[in-house]
Amino acid sequence: MRFGWLLASLMLTACAQTPLRGTGDLGIVIERANGRVAVVDTTAKSVLGRIDGLGDLSHASVVYGRDGRHAYVFGRDGGLTKVDILEQRIDKRVMQAGNSIGGSISQDGRLVVAQNYTPGGIKVFDAVTLELLAEVPTQSKVVGLVDLPGQKFAYALFDKGEIWVTDLSDPRQPRTEKYPAGLQPYDGLVTPDGRYYMAGLFGEDGIALLDTWRPELGVKKILQHYGKGEEKLPVFKMPHLRGWAVAGNQAYLPAIGRHEVLVVDKGNWQEAGRIAVKSQPVFVMARPDGRQVWVNFAHPDNSWVQVIDTLTGKVIKTLQPGKAILHMEFSPRGEHVWLSARDDHSVHIYDTQTFERVATLPAQSPSGIFFTSRAARMGF
Amino acid sequence: MRAALVLLSLLFSPLVSASEGAVSASDTIRLVRQDCGSCHGMSLQGGLGTPLTREALAGQSAEALAVIILHGKHGTAMPPWKSLLSATQAQWIAERLLEGFPEEKQP
Repeated sequence: MRFGWLLASLMLTACAQTPLRGTGDLGIVIERANGRVAVVDTTAKSVLGRIDGLGDLSHASVVYGRDGRHAYVFGRDGGLTKVDILEQRIDKRVMQAGNSIGGSISQDGRLVVAQNYTPGGIKVFDAVTLELLAEVPTQSKVVGLVDLPGQKFAYALFDKGEIWVTDLSDPRQPRTEKYPAGLQPYDGLVTPDGRYYMAGLFGEDGIALLDTWRPELGVKKILQHYGKGEEKLPVFKMPHLRGWAVAGNQAYLPAIGRHEVLVVDKGNWQEAGRIAVKSQPVFVMARPDGRQVWVNFAHPDNSWVQVIDTLTGKVIKTLQPGKAILHMEFSPRGEHVWLSARDDHSVHIYDTQTFERVATLPAQSPSGIFFTSRAARMGF
Repeated sequence: MRAALVLLSLLFSPLVSASEGAVSASDTIRLVRQDCGSCHGMSLQGGLGTPLTREALAGQSAEALAVIILHGKHGTAMPPWKSLLSATQAQWIAERLLEGFPEEKQP
């Protein structure tokens, strides 16, 4: 009995020391050179702590469990680490491939899927235990993996030029449909409603579009002629499509090998315009309300960021926030944007209305920034 | 010890670039690890691009690699870097790759 009281009072003390909190304003910043992530608070604009031991995090990406507390970090070395951001510790970690690039989580949050370069293919894990449930070999590097409604996943095969859609309703018995897409798809995205999957093509002009509500129609190529007849610029960094910028009826995409952002009409998927920007875009990301689109650039112009006003289709702001801006992430409703400046070892936070810098946080070679608001978004 | 001295001298020896004058070896190491690394991996184990480890490149000549660095590789995503790197830098990178590329010094 006395022991029971002692235990209870100890527990109360523990509670008093770490007050309950939600995770809706938390996030992760990848510190790529150190195999470490920083857990950040977007309200206090501070680093809460760091989690070590995540392996090679060059080109790491993160998806969140629907509890907004557990994050799955995909490392380049094939490591898949489940971290608890509240307790700031590693919950589980497996080495699942030789060379990996990212992953995705199922609609119901129970399956985590990794996309791999070596060996090619996808692997399906139980989100709680990280037990391997199934794999789909592809004999190709897999890019652009996204989740779709109905426990499905879409992805593209760089070496085979195909889009595959795998149904994991029965996770141990994957069923896969394959569609020819075009030469060298380099990344993919899904529209926020989970309907259209797009794969950007490197080996030819254009984007492969699959209507997953009507897959029997097959892949349609859009923006097929955007670079035709013009000399292409060398591409020093592949653009990323996952930022997916949609504002109203228009989608904004990075042009490959050109200093342009392409605007597409979402009704008919025709080109609706091009916006000249400073250099080759890498991420083209819409503020959550869609009024602004923020763009960062490939080496050697990666110290710059430009902001497009989607109402006028014009660049309204050019910023030079720091050295090697690798990624951008908006606060859940977009009043701030966080920018990772790899070579300044800093994360800069800007007000998206005034374009003033409101804070700078230290981080070692920061790359990706991932807030828990992604937990509820399809394709993130 | 000798290896360390060689590495030190590598780190501080200026490389001459066509456009920008002297470029330090540590800047070039950073460029290879970070920017080439966006396709080839920071550890150079490969990614969308091929691995660039000493083992993966065994048997190739530095001259041939320098040509690929400067002019790119047709039909692949490897771009020509000649607008950003001098022939001297490309040759230096190629030679270092064949020996096993030096790690970036952490600040």
